[in-house]
Amino acid sequence: MYKQIICFVLAAIIVMPTVAFASEASKYTYAYNEWGIPIPSPDAYRVSAYIIGQHLQFNGESIGAFRTPQDIHVYENLLYLADSGNNRIIILQFLEDTSFEVVDIKTYAFIDGEPSGFNNPHGIFVSPWQYNKGQIYIADTDNQRVLHLDENWNVINEILHPGIHGISLLDENSDFLPTKLAVDFSGRLFVQTRHVNRGLMEFDRYGVFAGYMGAPPVEVSIVDQFWRLIATPEQRERMLLNVPVEYTNLSIDHEGFIYVTTASENVEPVARLNAMGEDVLIRNGWSHPVGDLDWGMGADRTGPSELAAVTAFENNSFVVFDRKRGRLFAYDQQGQMLYAWGNPGNREGFFTTPAALDSMGYTLFALDAGIGGNAASLTRFDLTEYGALINEALDMYQRGLYEESYDVWNDVLRINGNFGLAYIGIARAMLREGHYREAMHYFRLQNDYRNYGRAFTFYRRIWLEQHFWIFALGLGVLIVVPPVVKKVKKVRKEIAES
Amino acid sequence: MTLIIDRLRSDGFKRYAATVKYSLYTMFRPLDGFWDLIHEKRGSLAAAHTFVVTMIFVQIGFLILTNFQFINIPMEFFSSAYVVTNIVLPMFLFALANWCLTTLFDGKGRISDIYMAYAYAMVPQIIIRIIYVPLSHVISYDEGMILNILWYLSEGWFYLLIICAMMQVHDYSFSKAIVTTLLTLVAMAIMVFIFLMFFAVVSDGVAYFYSVGQEAVFRVRRG
Repeated sequence: MYKQIICFVLAAIIVMPTVAFASEASKYTYAYNEWGIPIPSPDAYRVSAYIIGQHLQFNGESIGAFRTPQDIHVYENLLYLADSGNNRIIILQFLEDTSFEVVDIKTYAFIDGEPSGFNNPHGIFVSPWQYNKGQIYIADTDNQRVLHLDENWNVINEILHPGIHGISLLDENSDFLPTKLAVDFSGRLFVQTRHVNRGLMEFDRYGVFAGYMGAPPVEVSIVDQFWRLIATPEQRERMLLNVPVEYTNLSIDHEGFIYVTTASENVEPVARLNAMGEDVLIRNGWSHPVGDLDWGMGADRTGPSELAAVTAFENNSFVVFDRKRGRLFAYDQQGQMLYAWGNPGNREGFFTTPAALDSMGYTLFALDAGIGGNAASLTRFDLTEYGALINEALDMYQRGLYEESYDVWNDVLRINGNFGLAYIGIARAMLREGHYREAMHYFRLQNDYRNYGRAFTFYRRIWLEQHFWIFALGLGVLIVVPPVVKKVKKVRKEIAES
Repeated sequence: MTLIIDRLRSDGFKRYAATVKYSLYTMFRPLDGFWDLIHEKRGSLAAAHTFVVTMIFVQIGFLILTNFQFINIPMEFFSSAYVVTNIVLPMFLFALANWCLTTLFDGKGRISDIYMAYAYAMVPQIIIRIIYVPLSHVISYDEGMILNILWYLSEGWFYLLIICAMMQVHDYSFSKAIVTTLLTLVAMAIMVFIFLMFFAVVSDGVAYFYSVGQEAVFRVRRG
């Protein structure tokens, strides 16, 4: 008997249906819902310009194709493009009507009036801060130096291998290969250096090496520790060292916080560092901002996203660039995913080797380094009506205008009923206005249990106040009835006895 | 109608009702209760089956009806079959593994006794889940600690009853009951492992002969 039952149960497990759903998002733009399933979404950004070097004219001549360009930086309405393979910096000017022109091409800077050429420059930064506004910083990678230039491309300071100063932790014999850089409002310079995994190299405003900052924390799993414990010294030597990973890119936001990205599995792929190098990114979304949640099975592209670049907007939402699948992911201030778009490929809106990302207002510029010196391009993305509405609502959220954002979120929902954050935005407005029942309904729709609990507490209090008479009545009945019953019984007994 | 009423008044049903009601006694006085359950025939398999079926329905209701602040599962992927296997499979595995083990360690219980004791031990879980569901609808997320306590209470109570049941069903001392219960868990893991390995080997074997057959067909076709 039991044997048969066991057989039946075991058979039942094998036949049990396994959960299956379409894993690859088929649409260009999509977003993950609270269960981590990609849901198609209307386009939030659309390509408004697809720029390749052959199309650009300077002094009446074509400037020729980009060769593995590595970095872009937006300064006011100018875009500085580090065309690394051609050892030049191209300066594009963007006008109001999305048109653009090449303003200048620089291949050298002046050291005491003498031109000094660039060699494979990988990073460029133009200071937007009051302290040193308009000054230019260039990571001149193969010359092993960082150049600090004034507005007229005269070198103010040439930062060489810090080992020369004898205060560096960097080995003197190893190369100093600066790739990406950023400067904060006090003139501190942060440089991501190739083959350095202690975090960003920090230089003070005079170009003196000040130390490393913000190394990604190393996490050692218990299992690893166990194996390390029982391993012989020889085995231990052969094991992979648990060292922090290199950052892939950095970007400084308008408040002076540094966004960094890594392409590693074991640490947070995107972090927001404060002046102390601590990660202060808010991660209140359904999942942490890591790019793709559903890895799919497309071709040889498996595993988690490898973030290569990041840029942050005025409203503290940010966009990251995944070099594995050529996708862009946008997150709001709370780390909640807004939308993702893009795919691998070399046509408009698709990417082969994502290299850099920057923003001009809410306009995005994405740089594709191309493959083997070919197919490099610069793509300009502008917000669609849908994306503009979402960002307007996020601006309002940032300023605390919850009630006012109600109409905007409703407009968002009219375009995309699957946009979860809009329901939460509406619910928040409802909660502020005291419509607790409706707020609970909208929070429920998005499974936002924390805020639901908050609305529910208010609702319950009001319900209890309004229905207090039920409890008062119940209590009264409890107090009055038993003595009465007792009395009646007693009287009855007396009557019966007499 | 009268048939049903007659049925309810019959001695058989009265005895069944008494054995069901007896679960409340085993719940609060487990040592005494589980002894009488087996040795004084105060429990019945029918009651045990009732508890298992009730547990399955209560568990499904528990997962679906609890307020989403505390239990939230995507309904499109919810499977009752999964809930059934989650309850029934560990139970049968436990009964089987425990019986195999205790026969070697001069345990007195038969497999049906073990099954019955296990089913009776689930009763506090059933009752606490029934309290949990309505309570979850008048509590906000920040006050969820109350429900957590209830949850741990139900789990702890269950494990305590299982230990007591082991002591009384097999006539073991406390320490021996603990040891056999732990060994039973190991045996269950081994059984699951062997089962999985068996199916992996079988499916590999089938795949092998299938590919050999296919290869032969291709070669014959090509001539």
